[in-house]
Order: sequence, then C-alpha cells, then structure tokens
Amino acid sequence: MLGLNKQDTTILLVVAALTIFAPFILNPFPVDSAMAQFNAGYPDLMQRFVIFGIFAIGFNILFGLTGYLSFGHAAFLGIGSYSAVWMFKLLSMNVIPAIILAVIMSGLFAVVIGYVSLRRSGIYFSILTLAFAMMMFALAYSVLTPITGGETGLQLALDDPRILGISATPEGNIPTPSLFGVEMRASTTVPVGAWEFTFNFGYYFCALIMLVAFYLSVRIFRSPFGLTLRAIKSNQQRLNYTGVNPKPYTLAAFVISGMYAGLAGALMASMDPLAGAERMFWTQSGEVVLMTILGGVGTLFGPVLGAGMIKYMENIISKINSDILHSWFAFLPDGLEDLIVAIIYPFIGKGWHLTLGLIFMLVVIFLPGGLVEGGQRVRSWMKNRGKSKEETSQTPAE
Amino acid sequence: MGILEVKGVNKRFGGLQALGDVNLSIKENTVHAIIGPNGAGKSTLLNCLVGKLIPDSGSVMFDGQSVLGRKPHEINQMGISRVFQTPEIFTDLSVIENVMIPCFAKRDGAFRLHAVEAVASEKDIVEQAEQMLADVNMLDKRNMHAGSMSRGDKRRLEMAMCLVQNPKLLLLDEPTAGMARADTNNTIDLLKEIKEKRDITMAIIEHDMHVVFSLAERITVLAQGTPLVEETPENIKGHPKVREAYLGEAQV
Ligand SMILES: Nc1ncnc2c1ncn2[C@@H]1O[C@H](COP(=O)(O)OP(=O)(O)O)[C@@H](O)[C@H]1O
Ligand SMILES: [Mg+2]
Repeated sequence: MLGLNKQDTTILLVVAALTIFAPFILNPFPVDSAMAQFNAGYPDLMQRFVIFGIFAIGFNILFGLTGYLSFGHAAFLGIGSYSAVWMFKLLSMNVIPAIILAVIMSGLFAVVIGYVSLRRSGIYFSILTLAFAMMMFALAYSVLTPITGGETGLQLALDDPRILGISATPEGNIPTPSLFGVEMRASTTVPVGAWEFTFNFGYYFCALIMLVAFYLSVRIFRSPFGLTLRAIKSNQQRLNYTGVNPKPYTLAAFVISGMYAGLAGALMASMDPLAGAERMFWTQSGEVVLMTILGGVGTLFGPVLGAGMIKYMENIISKINSDILHSWFAFLPDGLEDLIVAIIYPFIGKGWHLTLGLIFMLVVIFLPGGLVEGGQRVRSWMKNRGKSKEETSQTPAE
Repeated sequence: MGILEVKGVNKRFGGLQALGDVNLSIKENTVHAIIGPNGAGKSTLLNCLVGKLIPDSGSVMFDGQSVLGRKPHEINQMGISRVFQTPEIFTDLSVIENVMIPCFAKRDGAFRLHAVEAVASEKDIVEQAEQMLADVNMLDKRNMHAGSMSRGDKRRLEMAMCLVQNPKLLLLDEPTAGMARADTNNTIDLLKEIKEKRDITMAIIEHDMHVVFSLAERITVLAQGTPLVEETPENIKGHPKVREAYLGEAQV
C-alpha cells in the first residue's frame, strides 16, 4: 500500500491506529478511580507525544541511518518555534504559513550548521553541533532579544499587525492558532460511563502531520538514498572507493532531520503560541538522543515509542507525590506503609529522572536495539514457546 | 601507450623514500602483477593511483587523464575499482545490498538524491546485482548479513562489488593474503574466469608466487621503492636481479 511493502504497511497502520485511538488508549482508567493518575489522554500531553514523535523520527533519519550523532538538534526546534510565532504575529493565526516558514528556516540553518559540522565525524561532529546550538541559545537569550524576546520569550500581543488576520478578537483577546478558522484548542469531552475521553482538534492535526512524517521516513529508509546513508554508517572508506561522495548525502540527511525538528518546533508554537530560548538548550538536544536510543536507533517505530515513553514519564510519574503513594498503600500496616512509600519516593515526582535513568541504563545494557528489540525478543520467544508446545503435544501422538 | 601510465613518481614519508622515480605502464586487457619484498612500496604505489595518497612528484595518467588531485570517488567514477588488503565491505548490510550500492554508484554518479522510490522496486539494479552474485557463486547468500560471513566469502563479495561496476582497471592488493589454500585456488579460478568473460585490465599486488604465475601476463618487481625489472613470467623466474631483491626470502 502507498508504495510500501507488507511489513512496512503493517507498521504504518499500527502507528495510525495508535494515534487515532490515542484518546481511548491513553485513558484506560475511570475518572474517579485511584489509577486515574496514570491516564495520559488529555490534549496537552497527547500533543506532546506526537510532536516529540516527529522530532525523534527526523532525528533518527540522521542518527539512525548515518550514525552521525548530533547534540544540537534542539536549535532547529527553537528556530521552528520562533519562525512560527513570528508568522502568528505578522501574518495570521493560521498555522499553515507558520509551519511552512518554520520548515524553510530550520532547513536553511541546517544547511549552514551541517555544512560546517560535517567536516568532522564522530565525537568532533557531536561537539560542533553542540557548540552551534549553545551559541544560538546564548544569542537568543541576549543580543537577539528584539527577535527572540530574550528571557521572557517571544509572545503574541494585542497590537501585533497580523496583516491577513485580526490583531484582536471582538472580545478584545489575542486570537488563538487555527487551521482556516478551526481553533487548535477546540475540544470535545465525551463521558462514557465512568470514563471520559477528550478529542482535541490540535491533537488530531499534529497526529496527521506525524503520520505523514512517519510515512516519509519509511520511504526514505527504503530508498536508495536511505541505503547509501546506511552504507555511510557501515564503511565510509568502501563507499568512497565505490564512487560515492558521502558528504552531500550526510548533509541531505542532516538538513532533512533539521527540517523535521523545525516542523516539531512550529507545531509546539501552534499548540501554545510562544517560543523561548530554553527550547534550544542542550538538555533538549540530549532528550531527543535519549528518545531515539530508548526506542531503538535506526528502527522505524523506535523513535516514536521512545518519545512517547519519555514524555509519559515526564508528565505522569513526575506528578505522583507522597500523598498519592500513601493513599495507594493505605491498606498496609502503618510501619510497612511508611517503609514502602520511603523506598518508592525517590523514584517519583521530581525523582522521575532517576527512574528514567535506570530504565535507560537497563535498555542500553540489555537491549542495545532499544525497546523495539525488546518487543522483537518477546515476540520470537512467544513464537518459540508456541512451537515447542506444539512439538510436545505431537510427541504422544507418534 | 598503456591504459595506466605512471611517470617519475616519488613519495617520501618523513625521511623514508617509499617510492623513488617509479615508471610503470600497464597495457589494456592484461593482468599485470607487481611483486616485491615487504616494505617495497607496493601498497604505497597503489594508494597513489586511487587518490588515497598524493605523490610528491611525477604523473599518473589513466585512460588519457591525470588522476592526481582527484578524490577517491572521482577516480572510481573514471573506471578504477579497488580490492583492499583486508576486505572492505559494508558489514552491517546484506550481501545483495553490498552489491547494489556499487550498481547505484555506477548508474547515478557520485551523488543523487533518490529518496522516494524503494530500492526493491529498482528492478534493473536488483537483477544486475543478482546476476553478479550468481557469477561469483554467492546467490545462495543473497540475504545474509555480510559481516557474519567467512573471510573468503567477504573477499569474494568485495570482488563482486568491484566487478559489478565493470571497471576498466581493477586493482587488487594481496587478494589472497591470509586465505586457506582452497580459497586461494578458488580466487585464482574466479579471477581467470572474470578475465575470460570480459575485457578488463588488472593490476595485482601479490606475495603468493603461485597466484602470480597462475595469472600474470606481465610482472614488475619493485624493491625499495624502485622498479627493478618488468618481464613476462617465463623470463622473471631465474632473473638475477629478482634473486637479489628477494635475497633471504625463499619464494623465488
Ligand atoms: N602512511 C605511512 N606513513 C609512514 N610510512 C609509511 C606509510 N605507509 C607506508 N609507509 C612505509 O613505506 C614503506 C613502503 O610501505 P608499503 O607500500 O606498505 O610496502 P608493501 O606494500 O610493499 O609491503 C614501508 O617502509 C612503510 O613502513
Ligand atoms: Mg602492502
């Protein structure tokens, strides 16, 4: 289907199903239950899942295929957000021109940064990208304040021109981002028995874009271009002596992944129209590296999975506090309850980083192929178990 | 005029004169062996032909054009392919993918942004690569992970990757080094077969005299960076200068 082979079509359909039904899948617990804490089906978080999914999918085109590890991709996220907000200020609140400008701008910056950084490989390449991103962060924070809003960030104002739109709504508010008049924040909440499901326009808009982005990445993975990128990772020397010039290929991969990051940045600004320099900070660059490695470097589905996992933990685990823990373990005798809460406490709330770090270490050590490899191992284990059962059940018959 | 003309090439590494005034002419459609004791400068000479090293002075002309100052991928696009002393293949890719990459490079040049069509739908390239694998008796390993193969098979694959580009000149740096006898004989047969099937010029660096005398039509003896003699295999065997160069090495 759509020029994909059977296996890739299946993956695409699975991702499509997951994103379409996310409001249900992420809200499995009744609203009033103790487990409602783990529901993640609210618009804000779902948007973040797919937006960071896009970021990670693009990052994987560079890192997963060529092996070049960029430590500065957050710079493109920031450029995307700033560009989008500027479009909201100057042109209109329609997200389409914002997204287009963001992708173009991040692509242009990626050409320059990539061209310079790709003169080196390995750790030197990583350091160069990191240096660029930190330089841009510092500039955005200080001398570029007229463009970036400096410390407070770039925000919309009532007196922005918005030449194709309106500066202010009749009620005197700043208009919100929309797609040809349909507001991104438009939501409907549907109660079903004890459950509640929220359908948000912004989420579905981002989800659709993520599906297109995912589809394009599958096409790239399977194309001669993708094959060449994998050859670069495998043996650049052989590639040189095979008549291929690796430089323009790696630059193309760098620019494409930069544009994905810019797209993600534009969508962030479309969901919440402000942009700050902290979006370019190195921790943000590091996060996308973690997402990709956690999910599975060089796999199709891994980055999406990794992005979802990290964002889920950041938002859900971090909200559990000691009161909630006490209420969960209230059925235990007091002393035991306190002990268990004390043991778990460092891993929740602000301690979610500790949990993430432990999971990350376990994955890197035991599953170098990421969570996707874990899934594959479980699947082949189940298959083998099924087979051996069949065999044993056949033995008596003989 | 040969297809490859090396004139007055010098190369120094610090105080060491690795190549001193090398002149070499390789005729089209011949197998030309370059032999010489360890450290004679054979690999250095080869590296000067493919753009890995730049000679300090002299000229290297291939097919009427200078190769000096060109990048390795440009020299390959001129029609020179190279087999390395230790096989250089794409170890993370499958065997067929290894052979398809040189096919794409030959068809599309050094760079082409070809990011939409699937590799699998490139019927011509797939067919070409499969045909090549069949020629080297590796079609059964088509989907194998190239890195997990034996050294002999890696060597065979590397040759397939070079040959599928139909190079005008194939350079081989000790293609049988570290091979078992059986693999060495297979390689000799493979190279003979290739020679019969198509018009190709080969320059082969080799330590194994059995390989040299089985294949070569011309032999150049290199010692301490300078060619001593260039002769046919019949005339080289008892040559006094060759004995001198190999003094202490019992191969000749
Ligand atoms: N990159 C290099 N730097 C310094 N010396 C080198 C380099 N490459 C080769 N040499 C020296 O040049 C001489 C010729 O080496 P080489 O061409 O590899 O010999 P061969 O292949 O005939 O055994 C040797 O003495 C070797 O140590
Ligand atoms: Mg050598």
